[in-house]
Amino acid sequence: MKFRIGPRTSQIIAYILLLICTIFVISILIFIIGFVFKNGFASLTWNFLTQKTKAMGKEGGVFPSIIGTLMVTLFAIIVATPLGLGSALYLTEYTKGGVIRRVISFGADCLAGVPSIIFGLFGFIFFVIALKLGWSIISGGLTLAVMILPTIIRTSEEAIKAVPKAYREISYSLGVGKIDTIIKIVLPSAFPGILTGIILGIGRAVSETAAVIFTAGSSLNIPSSLFSSTRTLAVHFYILAREGISMPKAYGTATVLIISILLINFIAYRLMHRFIARYY
Amino acid sequence: MKERTSEKILLIISFSAIISLLLITIFIFVQGMPLIFKVGLKNFFSTHWAPTKGNFGILSMIVGSLLVTFGALIIGVPLSLACSIFLAEFAPPPVQKILKPIIELLAGIPSVVYGFIGIVILVPLIRNTLGGSGFSVLTASIILGIMILPTIVSISYDSLVAVPQTYREGSYALGATKWQTVLMVLFPSARSGIIAAIILGMGRAIGETMAVIMIAGNALKIPGSILDPVRTITSTIALELGYSTGDHRAALFACGSILFIIIVLLNIIAIKIARRE
Amino acid sequence: MSVSKIKITGLNLYYDNIQVLKNINLEIYSDEIFSIIGPANAGKSSLLRAINRLADLDGAVVQGEIRLDDVDIKNIPVNELRRRVGLIFATPIVLPGSIYKNIVYGPKMHNNYTKKELDELVYFSLSSAGLWDEVKDRLWDSATCLSGGQQQRLCIARSIALKPEVIMMDEPCSGLDPISTIKIENTMLNLKDKFTFILVTNNTKQAARIGTKTAFFFAGELIEVASTEQLFTAPKDKRTNDYIIGRFG
Repeated sequence: MKFRIGPRTSQIIAYILLLICTIFVISILIFIIGFVFKNGFASLTWNFLTQKTKAMGKEGGVFPSIIGTLMVTLFAIIVATPLGLGSALYLTEYTKGGVIRRVISFGADCLAGVPSIIFGLFGFIFFVIALKLGWSIISGGLTLAVMILPTIIRTSEEAIKAVPKAYREISYSLGVGKIDTIIKIVLPSAFPGILTGIILGIGRAVSETAAVIFTAGSSLNIPSSLFSSTRTLAVHFYILAREGISMPKAYGTATVLIISILLINFIAYRLMHRFIARYY
Repeated sequence: MKERTSEKILLIISFSAIISLLLITIFIFVQGMPLIFKVGLKNFFSTHWAPTKGNFGILSMIVGSLLVTFGALIIGVPLSLACSIFLAEFAPPPVQKILKPIIELLAGIPSVVYGFIGIVILVPLIRNTLGGSGFSVLTASIILGIMILPTIVSISYDSLVAVPQTYREGSYALGATKWQTVLMVLFPSARSGIIAAIILGMGRAIGETMAVIMIAGNALKIPGSILDPVRTITSTIALELGYSTGDHRAALFACGSILFIIIVLLNIIAIKIARRE
Repeated sequence: MSVSKIKITGLNLYYDNIQVLKNINLEIYSDEIFSIIGPANAGKSSLLRAINRLADLDGAVVQGEIRLDDVDIKNIPVNELRRRVGLIFATPIVLPGSIYKNIVYGPKMHNNYTKKELDELVYFSLSSAGLWDEVKDRLWDSATCLSGGQQQRLCIARSIALKPEVIMMDEPCSGLDPISTIKIENTMLNLKDKFTFILVTNNTKQAARIGTKTAFFFAGELIEVASTEQLFTAPKDKRTNDYIIGRFG
């Protein structure tokens, strides 16, 4: 005896199941953030943020890691932004189809899919050893720069494409050349979108562990120069958690990490909306 | 002329991505491939990994990577597709605008935090309810499944939304319900994009390192059950690179080469399928 | 004194292997409003874009010769050519930024001006375009706050600020209300002695109103050109006549 479910009923069942799944997924996110915050807030004191790390992380704060993370990320952005922006500009303003365009896009697409451990291996053998930069902010920053390059290329490309074609035509018919048009008209208009990409790149860089631990090292000292080794927040958290050094400190570090990332994503998101509102 | 110089400069800059890719490929392979030829394929693809003694068999790790990836797909794909269908077809636009960024936020959480949650919550849970040490294939699959959700949801959502509205209207005009439309019209149309999404999710799962190290147990045997510990290619590289020398280090690069090949292949397949649309 | 300003000889224009202009021979003199009429796809806009070499950017193939003041335009640096020959588009598009910025953007790229000189330039351009009184108190407001007609006059002012010799207008009043249209037509009449105007219009009455000479284009060919009075009262070609009386359009 076959039990037939009518189409209306199966739709209701489907809707309920889908809703449950979606709620489940959202709850996971809320749970993760809530759980870390709940256990980490207690450790989030002013001292924690400003003190040096002592006793391998069992005591003290995460100040060296905050500085280290900032320096590595800043270095990565300073390297990756001109390269990414330049690539995006060339792709949109100077190519139409053709071999060069496909080669550049292919490079960016593939690079986007490379896992972070491979970047760690590469950074290690290339920057740390071959270029003799050692475990340093430079090595870490350069490795991260290559990692976030595709992100910046993609978002910049979108932002530049969104600038109305008419603006360029008007600029040309006023007798302004191509590169001046790009600098004076296209880039300022595309700026919010480009900035969004940069901020998303910052977010990726901050959460990175595997690529950084083998290139920037894990020194707990406050970095004194670009050649110093440093332990970023994510790496510090990993070591604390894995070696079981201190649960409260681990939760605290994770809280700082997650708050930074939430902030970064929030800023990027607001910027994207301002950018979309301008043109659509 | 200013124009020509700036164009040339931008051209050179725009090769940075492909040059980086080439450098990565060259250096990883130059470090790793000679070792494979030196110890021979039989050694390299055996299950015995004891690098200090000259045994470089990565088979158990390949199996480990495949197992946790497969497990991640089993857990992640249904959930992701459910979410993307719900978001694209059933959720009202204001809800979509809130939920989509939240799911994308899941992608922003560092993998080490996922691993940590795994250690602190999932491992004891599995140990107490299902037995074993808690560090297992199952644990890794669950965490990885959650980690690949944003990737698959994002791309599937975009594929579903890209299906022309006329398809839906045609279906409704024939009297079909929304759900029937999804099953019979939208899914087949968005199929390429969804498959591409799944393949990219697979690439993410295979490449994941930090979370897996923390929760998969890292034992060098091919697991007998999903409650047994397992080691992936990525874990081995990350765990041993710090203190490896000579042939051992070269072997890790060889692991990296194999991983790189697998992932590039997956990405190329995904891009080809996605572009076919 | 009227001199030959633009001389076009044997112009053929191809976009993607489609021929858009066929063997155009034309001479435009200074001190005149040269109007060009004809149905859609007659090649009128393409002609303008060939003159200021915007067509080059579209990937068009240009054969034949266009001379400005008896110099082949291929031998004039393109940015200088476009400064001397301005183009007003059918849809007024203002650049992001203030009214002031819109006017001074072009000139600043061609020359170093002091702030005082820029202020004078802005006054000169906006007055010539008949817009000064309406915007003199809000020069720093965003240009998007202006109405369609005002924006189009801003575009004209933008071109005037470059001190051009020729101003080409591609259906400048097509989206505008009658009052804005009259204002723009008056602007052209007032400036007739300072600049050479080339006016492409699908409004035959407009051409009849203000054109000194009128040319009729059809399917990429120049059918007939004569003084406006003569073209409209006694056209030589049957097609011209049919178009003017509205048999097709």
